[in-house]
Amino acid sequence: MATITPHKIPPAGAAERPSELVVRRRSRRAEFQKSWRLHWQLYLLALVPIAYFVIFKYVPMAFNVIAFKDYSPVLGPWGSEWVGLDNFQRLFTNPVFGTLLKNTFILAFYLVLASFPIPILLAIALNEIRNGWFKRTVQMVTYAPYFISTVVVVSITILLLAPNGIVNDGIGNVGAGPIDFLGDPNFFRHVYVWSDVWQTAGYSAVIYMAALAGIDPALHESAKVDGASRLQRIRHIDLPGIMPTAVIMLILGVGNMMAIGFEKAYLLQNSLNLAQSEIIPTYVYKTGLINADFSMATAVGLFNSVVNLCLLLVVNFVAKRVTGNGLWR
Amino acid sequence: MSATTLSKKPPKVREPFSDRMFLIVVTLMLVVLLALVLLPLIYIVASSFSSPAAVNAGRVSLWPVEFSLEAYRSALSNSEVLQGYYNSLIYAVAGTIISVTLTVAIAYPLSRKTFYGRNVIMTLLIFTMLFSGGLIPTYMVVHDLGMLDTRWALLIPNAIGVWQVIIARTFFANTVPDELYEASQLDGAGGLRTLWSVVLPLSKPLLAVLALMYTIYQWNTYFDALVYLKDPDLFPLQIVLRNILILNTPGRAGSVDLAQSMHQMQLANVLRYALIVISSLPVLIIYPFVARFFTKGVLVGAVKG
Repeated sequence: MATITPHKIPPAGAAERPSELVVRRRSRRAEFQKSWRLHWQLYLLALVPIAYFVIFKYVPMAFNVIAFKDYSPVLGPWGSEWVGLDNFQRLFTNPVFGTLLKNTFILAFYLVLASFPIPILLAIALNEIRNGWFKRTVQMVTYAPYFISTVVVVSITILLLAPNGIVNDGIGNVGAGPIDFLGDPNFFRHVYVWSDVWQTAGYSAVIYMAALAGIDPALHESAKVDGASRLQRIRHIDLPGIMPTAVIMLILGVGNMMAIGFEKAYLLQNSLNLAQSEIIPTYVYKTGLINADFSMATAVGLFNSVVNLCLLLVVNFVAKRVTGNGLWR
Repeated sequence: MSATTLSKKPPKVREPFSDRMFLIVVTLMLVVLLALVLLPLIYIVASSFSSPAAVNAGRVSLWPVEFSLEAYRSALSNSEVLQGYYNSLIYAVAGTIISVTLTVAIAYPLSRKTFYGRNVIMTLLIFTMLFSGGLIPTYMVVHDLGMLDTRWALLIPNAIGVWQVIIARTFFANTVPDELYEASQLDGAGGLRTLWSVVLPLSKPLLAVLALMYTIYQWNTYFDALVYLKDPDLFPLQIVLRNILILNTPGRAGSVDLAQSMHQMQLANVLRYALIVISSLPVLIIYPFVARFFTKGVLVGAVKG
C-alpha cells in the first residue's frame, strides 16, 4: 500500500535553534540541487501533470470558499461577499436535508453491505472448482458487465424491469400483478444496489482470486492430511488468507461511500421515485447546475466531501486497530 | 484422479461424501450465477434481432422471434447515433493519447528514487483521491478556462487518474533495474532520452494497460459531457444513448398516419435493444483479449501501490 512518508518534522524547539534550521535547509537545498542536476529534464516533464493537478484538483478545493460566500459570477469566488455559515445553516434547516442525508446513507450502506461479501463468495466458489473450462467461463462472463457503460446497464435494467418488461411478464405468469420496480420509491435502492452487484461482482472477485492464488498450497495439503473438510479449509485457510485484501477493499468501499455514483442514481431517477432516489450528489447537480445556486451546491458538496473523508479515516483507524491492516502505515 | 493404478504412491484419499456434496452445491450456485449474469444480455441481443412487433408483444425471450435487422437499420440511419459514435471515437483516441502521456510524465519521475520531492508529490496526488474539490468548483475552473462546450472539456479535466499513476509508478519502479539507469547515464543520455529509448520500450505492457483503462473510461463515461456540453454536435455516444434509451426522446417523429406511427413507436422501442448492442460491442469484442492485461494492471496497483 501507499507508503506516505511525511518529511521529518523538526523536533519541537528546533525553531529556536536557528543554526540547526539553517543546516537542515541547506542540506535540503543541496539535495534538491543534486537531484535537479541529475533530473532537470524530468522536473520539466513533470511540470505539466503537476500543473494539471493544481488546476483541476487543488484550485477547485480552494474555490470551496464560495460555500461561505454569496457567490456572484461578476465578483468571482474571491470578490464575492462573505456570509459565514449562512449556506450551511440554510442547508441544515432545510426539510429536504434530512431526507437527502438518509437516502444517501442508506443507499451507501446497503451498497457496501451487498457488494462486499458477494465477490468474496464468488472468488472462493471459483477457487474450489477444478474444472478449468467451467471456471474460466464463469470468470469471463461475470467479469464482462464491468466493461459495459453505466448508461447501458441502467438501460438494460429499465428494459427488463419496465411494467411491460420481461421480468413483469414472468411475474404475471405466476399470477402476481405487475410490480412497478422503477416508479415505486421503495424499489429504487434494491434496483440500484443489485444492478450494481450484477455489474461489478465479477470484477471485484478477480482481486480476491489473486489473493487466494497467493495462499501457500502446502497449507491446504497438510490440512487435507489432517482430514479437514473443504468447508473447514475455506474457513481456516482461505478466509484468513484473503483477510488483508478484504479489509482494504472494505476501507476503499466505505471511503468511496459518499462518492457513490451520481451517474447511476441520476439515470435511475424519475419523478416518481424521487422520495428515495434523491441523494446528495444528484441534489448538488440540480441545485448547482440547473438552478444555478452555486454557493448552496458547493456547501452541500463540501459537506459531503468532509463526511466522506471522516468516514474513510475512521474506518481506516478501526481496521488498523482490529486487523493490523490499513491503507497507509 | 485415479490413484488405483499407482499403488506404490500413497493412495490419494477419495474425497469424503460431504465434500463432494459441497462441491456440487458450489457448482450449482455458480451455474445460477452464470445464468443471472448471462440471461439479461442474451435477452437484449435476442430482442435486437427480432421484429418490432414481436418485441412489443413480449414474445421474445432468449431467441430472436421473426428475425429482423430493422432495428439495426434504424439505429445506423440515425444521424445522432452516428455523430455520437464518431465523437466518442475522437474522445477515446485523443483522450487516451493525452491521458497516457500525462500519466507517464508524472509516474516516471515519481518512480525514480533519486527524484527529490517524490514523496511530497505522491502524497499530494493521493490526497486528491481522498478529498475532491467537488462538482461546482471544478465546473467553475472549467468555465474560467473557457473549456465549456468544447471537446477539451471531456479530454482535460479528468485526464489523469491517480490510480493509473500508482500503477505506472509501481511498474516503472519494479521492472527497470537501477543498473540500466546507470548505464544510460554513462552513455550520456539525459532524463528524457532515457525514458524514451530505455524505459518505454520495456514498458509496452504497462502502456497497453493504461491505454485500455483510459479508452474504456472515455467510451463509457457520460458525466462530464452531461455537465460541460450543451452543443449536440459534440455529444459522445453515451449522452445520445441516454437521451434515446432513458429519456425516451427518439429523434424526430413526424408521421400522421396512425398505422405508420404505431410502427414508428414499435421501431423506437426495438431500436433501444439494437443501440445497447451496437454501443457495447466494441468494448465486449476486445474484452476477452484484454481482460488478462487489465486484471494484471489492477492487481499491480492493488498489491504494491
